Formats: sequence, C-alpha cells, structure tokens
Amino acid sequence: MKPPAPAAASPDPFPHRDLLGIEGLTAEQIAYLLDKSESYVAQNRKVDKRSALMRGRTLINLFFESSTRTRTSFELAGKRLGADVINMSAEGSSIKKGETLIDTAMTLNAMHPDVLVVRHQESGAVALLSRKVSCAVINAGDGSHEHPTQALLDALTIRRRKGRIAGLVVAICGDILHSRVARSNIQLLNIMGARVRVVAPPTLIPSGAAQLGVEVFHDMRKGLAGCDIVMMLRLQSERMQGSYVPSISEYFHFFGLDIEKLGHAKPDAMVMHPGPMNRGVEIDTEIADDISRSAIAEQVEMGVAVRMAVLDALSARLPNFAPADTRT
Amino acid sequence: MSAPLAFINARLLDPATGLDTEGGTVLVVDGKIAAAGADVRPDKGATTIDCRGHCLAPGLVDMRVFLGEPGFEEKETLASAGRAAAAGGITTLVGQPQTDPVMDEPALLSFIMRRAFDTCAVNVVSMAAITKGLEGKEMTEMGLLAEAGAVAFTDGVKAVADAQVMRRALSYATGWNLLVVQHAEEPSLARGGAMNEGEVASRLGLKGIPAVAEVMLLERDLRLAELTGARYHAACLSTGEAVAAMRRAKDRGVRATCGVAAHHFALNENEVGEYRTFAKVTPPLRSEEDRAAVVAAIADGTVDVIVSDHSPQDQESKRQPFPTAEPGIAGLQTLLPLALELVHGKHVRLLDLLAKMTINPARMLGLPSGRLAKGAPADLVLFDLDVPWRISEAGLRSKSKNTPFDGRPVQGRVLRTVVGGETVFDFAAGAA
Repeated sequence: MKPPAPAAASPDPFPHRDLLGIEGLTAEQIAYLLDKSESYVAQNRKVDKRSALMRGRTLINLFFESSTRTRTSFELAGKRLGADVINMSAEGSSIKKGETLIDTAMTLNAMHPDVLVVRHQESGAVALLSRKVSCAVINAGDGSHEHPTQALLDALTIRRRKGRIAGLVVAICGDILHSRVARSNIQLLNIMGARVRVVAPPTLIPSGAAQLGVEVFHDMRKGLAGCDIVMMLRLQSERMQGSYVPSISEYFHFFGLDIEKLGHAKPDAMVMHPGPMNRGVEIDTEIADDISRSAIAEQVEMGVAVRMAVLDALSARLPNFAPADTRT
Repeated sequence: MSAPLAFINARLLDPATGLDTEGGTVLVVDGKIAAAGADVRPDKGATTIDCRGHCLAPGLVDMRVFLGEPGFEEKETLASAGRAAAAGGITTLVGQPQTDPVMDEPALLSFIMRRAFDTCAVNVVSMAAITKGLEGKEMTEMGLLAEAGAVAFTDGVKAVADAQVMRRALSYATGWNLLVVQHAEEPSLARGGAMNEGEVASRLGLKGIPAVAEVMLLERDLRLAELTGARYHAACLSTGEAVAAMRRAKDRGVRATCGVAAHHFALNENEVGEYRTFAKVTPPLRSEEDRAAVVAAIADGTVDVIVSDHSPQDQESKRQPFPTAEPGIAGLQTLLPLALELVHGKHVRLLDLLAKMTINPARMLGLPSGRLAKGAPADLVLFDLDVPWRISEAGLRSKSKNTPFDGRPVQGRVLRTVVGGETVFDFAAGAA
C-alpha cells in the first residue's frame, strides 16, 4: 500500500476529524472510503491480517447500548491496524452511577484516547460528546439518527456485487421510523445516485418521509417490483405487541420477506440485512440462508474492512501523525 | 411616606383606555398613581424624572413564569427571578405550581407569597394546581387556595388529561368564578416526544410531537368550558389549528382566552438545528406556517396574552442528549424586545401589543395593576422603543442562562422599571 499523498499536492480526500453521520459527506468522500475498504478486504483474507498504521494509538469502544457485532467489528478493525483497543459498556460503569454523558466524555478525554467509537440510545448524543473531546469520534449508532459505518458497509457490499450504486433501485423494508440504519442508508444511497424506496406499514414510516428523498410503499409487492436490492431491517419485538403492528404473524404475512414476495424484485435482486435477524418475523429462513440471494454474511465481512478504512481515513488527521513511522 | 414622584415628558401608553400621548406626565403618590395624562402638572416638591420622550407604560404582567422556589433553587430563586424581571420591564410575575412540593396547599401558597414579598424586587402572585400533586386525578382545595391568593388554577406544564376530571374542575371553578388554565397538549400523543413532528424531527431521528396534539385537547376543553360556563385559558398555544379553534370558540361565545409565548412567534422548529437543547420547549417550536399563524392570531386579537413562559434550566439539565434534556427558555428579559419585533414588523399596533402584557392578564387575574388609572399601583416601565441592541446571554440576570436568543439583534430596550413607586431597575445605573 502507498502512503497517503502529501496534503499540499491534492485536496484532502477526507477532511473530517470525526465520522458522526453520512449527512455532510460528499460522493467523492464516500467513494474514497469505499476504495480504501477494498484493500482492507484483501488484507483481512490473508493469514497475517495486521498492519501498524495505528501502532501506539488507543481506541476506546464506548457502548451505552448493548451490541455484539458492531463492537466486535470495531474491536477487530482497531486491533488489525495495531491500535490498543479498550471496550467500555454502560453496565457496571460510572454511567450507571448517574454520571452525565459530558462528564464521562471529559473523563475519557483526559486519558488521551486517539479514537472514541460511541454508541448511544439517544439521537444526537454522539455529536454532543464529540464536541467535548479532542480525539476523533466515530458514531457507532445514535438513537434513531445515524449509523454511518453500517451504511458504508452496505454500500461496499452493493458495489462489490453489482459493480455500481448509481441508478440501482433499493427497497428498504421494515421499521423505518426507529431505524438509524435506514436514515444513514437513505442519505448515502441518495448521495451516490441510487433510487430509494421505503416499504413499511404506515405506523413505521416517519412523518415527512418523502422529503428525505424516498418513495413510500405500504404494499411490499409493489415496493419490491423491479428493485435491485432488498434491504431488510430488524423489527424489535417490543414494537410488535399491538403498539406499532398488531402481531408478529400479521407483520410477517404482509411485510416479511419470503420467496413469493422476493419474486416481484428483479431476478438477480440481492437481499441484505444489518442483523441480528428475526427469522420468521421479517425474513424467511430459506432466503436468509441462500447465499446466492443473500449478502448477509458478506455484509459482516465488509463491516470490518469498512471500519478499518474509516479508522485509516481519520488517522490521517490525528495529532502527531507521522506517516513514516507507521509501516513495518 | 416618600416624596411624590413625577415622570414627565413621556409618551404615555395606557392600553386600558387607549391613551397614547406625547409629552405626558404620571404623578405617583405613596406608591400609587395619582394622575396620568398630557395635561397633568407635577406637584410642587415632587421629584421629577425626565422620560425624554420615551414610552412610559404600565409595568408588564407575565402570566406564565416558573419561579424555582420551592424546590428548584439551583435553577432560579425569587430574588434572581425578580432581578431578571425588573431588567425586563416586568412588574408582576405570575408563578406556576410545578414546584417541589407542588403548589396545591393554601399554607404553601401563603408562605411563598410572604417569601416573595421579602426577597423579590417585583410583585409575585401565583397560580395553584388544579389537581393534587399535578397528578390529574383529584381536585385541589380550589376555594381555599383562591382565598389564600391563588390568581388562577393550572397543572403547569402538565395537561389535565382526563375529561371527567377537567369537567369537574371547570364546573367547580364556576362557583368562585375562578380561571382554569390548561397546558393544551394531549399527553398520550406527546409522550416521549422531543420536538415538533415533521421532516426536521424525522431527519434528526427525534420522536416528534404532532401539531394536532394541541388542537385536540384544546377543542375538548373548549367544549367542556362551553358545557360548564367556566372561564378557560389556554396557557401557551403554538399551532395555527389551535388558534383557529380558539377564534371559532370566541365567536360562539365561549368564555375562553389564550396566551402565546414569545419564542413561539419569534422562532420555528429549524432553531433545533443540530440538537440545540436551548431550543427545546414545551409545547415545541413549530413549523414556519404555524409560527406565521400565531403572529396573525396576535394581530387579529385572537391571542389575549403574551407570556415569557420563563423556564430557567441549569447547565446540568440542558447539557444532555436532546431527548433527555429539560425543556424551557429563560425568557424574562427577552419578552419585551421580542414582542416589540411584532410592532417594528408592522404586525400589530404598540398599544394592542402592550395590552396583551398589561391590562389583559391583569383583568383576567383580578389584579389592580396593568393600567395607568388613578389609584392603581405605580408599576411602570419606561422603554426606548427604537434603540437597536443585541441580546446577550451574559446580560441575563436569571440564575439560569438558557436562551436561544444569544446574539439576536432586537430593537427596543427597557430604561427603567418601577414597582409601587420604587425604581427597581435603571438601565443608566446598571450600565455605568
């Protein structure tokens, strides 16, 4: 791999200290991250997956909300780049003892981490925290707002399978209202020139959805008609007991992805899911396990590569960066 | 007894009588207005204050103020609220009952009135709770509370959700001709909401409060007010649909009135921007269409009262993720300059605007102030109608500085505030 070009020679390809969301990124910056990710996909398939780009750097995974795959993915990404990775979760920490978010941020900041990866249950909380620290902050999901690395890994998966993003028709199906994955994907896919549809019962569509740049469908067959990508979202069980939808069986009947409904999409349509899946609720087992149709495992693989690319891009702006010292 | 005071060379504004005259004089004897008009001559021996042609009006009556005492002294005290009010030209603060303990006992109300008399530079009166503990279930001792000085009844920023409870409270209130004040927001629709429902909330991933939550509860209440014949006041309307419903109810003779908070005509939902918690209020800042409809309702007289809805919040309460931050704006010192924007923008005449902050609330609450009548308390505000300046957080005298208006250019500034004949704020002295 080549070292990054000197800043004076070309404009900074990724002029951000933090990655708080897809909103605010340009198509060029997204493409830059995806291109960078490709090299990490290759690196991650080798026996020795490690490089030393972040040697001596400290990455803290700060998860106020539980997560397995995102946290693990960031942990692997950090370790494969040579960083020291610390995991912190809300359980058993001072957060549970009533410390405010800002106090937590300032405490951690005093320990001089280089990167904070933060997940929080409230929308906007990660941006708030980022203003109180001097290190790079990556949003690993804030409330119903954004989950930018998920949208990036989805985009990488699409680009590798379909060769492009622009012009594709993408249907995002399920709990759009509460989904940060949906918001980040809607932004990214629009920026990259895809046509975005959302498919859900009216109770799970946010108000003013059309202004977010999507076509809204309440009939899944119509929503899937002619689409290239079917992106399923997880429906949380506490929202299915008569509050947002009447029952699991009614939901699966109308909005669960099965072979019949998928038949309305293009023959080569690809099925995606950010996980964890509720088999039999939003997706039929038959589809989930069909690797010719489903990219679900591949998404997880891309997740590590994308997060390495994001860490790589942000590392270029970390204080005291010395490119010559990073390769061994 | 202090020497008589004469405010001379003033543009006198008395919304109660429609008086608007240049070169006027207000004569104050023993803390009361002895005479006011263009033809009044100051007594020999009176101390004269030259108003230099600036506006002299009854001091403002702010009908919706959270005072902090008892229970929230870290956010505001009667003393600090009094200093902010004086600087804002407000001479009477109408406290809200969401204190700790809740203002639902006559003894507590009397205690706060006495404490305010001792520590607060301006007049303080208080509303009392409609229901015990603001729980929306059992009525408070409304008659005894009224005897103890409660000027109206409200559950503060909580709506009385149960229609039967509200009907009985309204019905009971008619026995003493009491005013019942509602935070018109259907709680089951507003639950968990952080801002106005719509595109902005959807983009930010914030749970929205739909505009209909307001008009739904208001229309129910207006029916109940009609049924019971009670005096009903919607504290703080924010939507076009709600002010339209209020207009229709007034047309058919319901004894209903409504108020509007300054931030609801000065700002819209875009102020939330990237999760600015200073723009979190209840009811939430609405769409631009709603804001414009509120301005129109002020202009056509549908809106009776303009309030600051002063809700001081300390840093701890605002430096939070948006959904968990407390709502509220510290509004005492920004009320008059924001309201004057409506005059400078030619939406409303100065006298009509002042009526909504003086005689209208005073009449509704049975206060003797809010007018320049002989015998009324000498509560006055002297202000320069036109001088441009910028609101600054640092200039706020409230204990909490939660304002979204920091840096906003405004026109019109309080020069002097007088309560019972005593000057409690003098801009010239403060600036020196």
